[in-house]
Amino acid sequence: MTSSAPALSLRAPSARARHVLIARYAPLATMVALIVAIWYVATVAMNWTLVRDGFEREETPYTLSDVLAGTMDAERPLLPAPHQLAAAVTDSVFGYPPLAPRSLVYHAIITLQATLLGFVIGSLFGVALALMIVHSRVLERSLLPWIICSQMVPVLALAPIFIVMLGALGLHGLLPKSIISAYLCFFPVTIGMVKGFTSPDPLQIELMRTWSATPRQMLWKLRWPAAVPYLFASLKVAISISLVGAIVAELPTGAEAGIGARLLAGSYYGQTIQIWSALIVAAALASGLIAITALVEAGVLRRMGAH
Amino acid sequence: MDPRRLRLGFLLAAAAMALAFLLPPAQGALPLSARPYVWEMGTAACLLCLLAAWRADLGAAIIGLPASVAAAAASLLVLEDPMVAGSAGPGFWLIAIASWLSAGLCVATLARLRQLRRKAQRAIDLLVPLLFGATVFYLWEVGVRGFGVPPVLLPAPSAAASRFASSLPTLGADFVQTFVRGVLIGYAIGCSAGLLVAILAHRYQFLGRGLLPLGNFFAALPLVGIAPIMVMWFGFDWPSKAAVVVLVTFFPMLVNAIAGLSAAGDVERDLMRSYGASHRQSLAKLHLPAALPFIFNALKINATLALIGAIVAEFFGTPTQGIGFRISTEAGRMAIDMVWAEIALAALAGMAFYGLVALAERATTFWHPSYRT
Repeated sequence: MTSSAPALSLRAPSARARHVLIARYAPLATMVALIVAIWYVATVAMNWTLVRDGFEREETPYTLSDVLAGTMDAERPLLPAPHQLAAAVTDSVFGYPPLAPRSLVYHAIITLQATLLGFVIGSLFGVALALMIVHSRVLERSLLPWIICSQMVPVLALAPIFIVMLGALGLHGLLPKSIISAYLCFFPVTIGMVKGFTSPDPLQIELMRTWSATPRQMLWKLRWPAAVPYLFASLKVAISISLVGAIVAELPTGAEAGIGARLLAGSYYGQTIQIWSALIVAAALASGLIAITALVEAGVLRRMGAH
Repeated sequence: MDPRRLRLGFLLAAAAMALAFLLPPAQGALPLSARPYVWEMGTAACLLCLLAAWRADLGAAIIGLPASVAAAAASLLVLEDPMVAGSAGPGFWLIAIASWLSAGLCVATLARLRQLRRKAQRAIDLLVPLLFGATVFYLWEVGVRGFGVPPVLLPAPSAAASRFASSLPTLGADFVQTFVRGVLIGYAIGCSAGLLVAILAHRYQFLGRGLLPLGNFFAALPLVGIAPIMVMWFGFDWPSKAAVVVLVTFFPMLVNAIAGLSAAGDVERDLMRSYGASHRQSLAKLHLPAALPFIFNALKINATLALIGAIVAEFFGTPTQGIGFRISTEAGRMAIDMVWAEIALAALAGMAFYGLVALAERATTFWHPSYRT
């Protein structure tokens, strides 16, 4: 990298650059503010009867503003207020040591392990399958339609079966969850990589042929580099559905730990705030994982000479 | 395919079939030659394989097909013998191998056919994966029953199929509860809401620029996790499932439709402007038709997402019917064949749904380059 890029960014943004920034982020900021405002209104509306009934049951005299304040920090609200959620998330993320079962970090790590293992297995399997399909016309014609069909099946419905089957084989815990993740995420990788491996121009392939390149050279010097952008596009899809797979796989197993387990426990005991904080952590995980993949993508593409 | 390899393959299949006559199908079981129907079919399979090996061309594939079917039928008949099921010996596996080998050679030969007329090509394109699938199901059936795999682990496809046939009323009720009520209603609401908001975002650029990053963000989130909250809000019955489906389908439609609505080229836009078209006219005559491929893309993505969302939402509580409910309770009771029957139902529903959307896409976007040949 040249040294001119950081030097440029040290300079104060010009009026024009500021204008561009505002033009870009003003709509987004407005939308977010609007959603938060609607959320607050909905909080009041949805928790109103709940809080009012609470006051009436205790037969304490109350004013409208009491009820209004009550909707903002009810213990088991139908819809928690955003600030309540923020407090709950910070508390369960930073309020406990990271490995305590009450800490959401602990549950996030459990789910993250299954997600990453499933992602690695699924992506490797997906790439391998794509390689086989690209190199064998027979497989392309016979296997590819079934792979596509397999994704029209609601694969998550298979989750409990996998758990039972693998449980009967003596496998528990991490692996069954990751296999479900892998099953979910191999598909976009396979489809993307089949497209990527076949993306080189016929002219380029002919050129390689005139140099009498072996199939292996054709793969490493032409097909593989051409497929890298497709690889990352599918990996970004794969990692987010791998997370969905890991979370859902925790539901039918009655897992004790993990984000899915927190969701299930929260729904059993009516702990809405717990459900919402688990959801927020899941969202943070998903965006973090996608961001990391995008960073790796940018790095790899830069090293490969893209601008 | 190389005729020498084809010939070798069919010779191997014939040899396997012939060897199967010499070895008993299981310890102490009757040999093949003493079983009615089995030995006729076995001999026919063996002779057909030899004939195919002699031809070793495209005709061999057509001869190999009945050979494979005959061998498969022979092996399934032998499996009816309780002495063989669960403790099958090499004599039995040789028949299975002969059937698999000749079917595989057929698939390979047919798949390599090129430069056919369009109708023939289409028939082959359908036939090859069907043959492949049938072979996989056959191997599954024979493997499970031959090795005596406990049904808890993996039932034979025939067991799941007979369970499917015998519990049609239950399956029908589950289908109505999950698919007709939860999925279809939620899908219709979610997709049309996504499309409407996208049209608004197309009309008001400010809205669009704010919504697009948010939509992209939400579309990547594990939104099915919202299911317990929806169950809490809308109760155990189908409205909560439909609500999950609405949420799950809304964002993919929003993102795709926004992309599609801006897909019309500059030239077309200028043309509409030079005609003095109003916003509504250019929306109806230009932007919406141009967005159709994107909209159908979202509809196809959503077809699978909707089914997954409804089934997962049922894990969080249902009235006593529904595909997801049945799967989780029957898996808990170890009635795995019923679970597989439900999976088959979900698979059929999912494929039919997807197929219908794809057909509608063909009918409405026939002008798109991907369909023109």
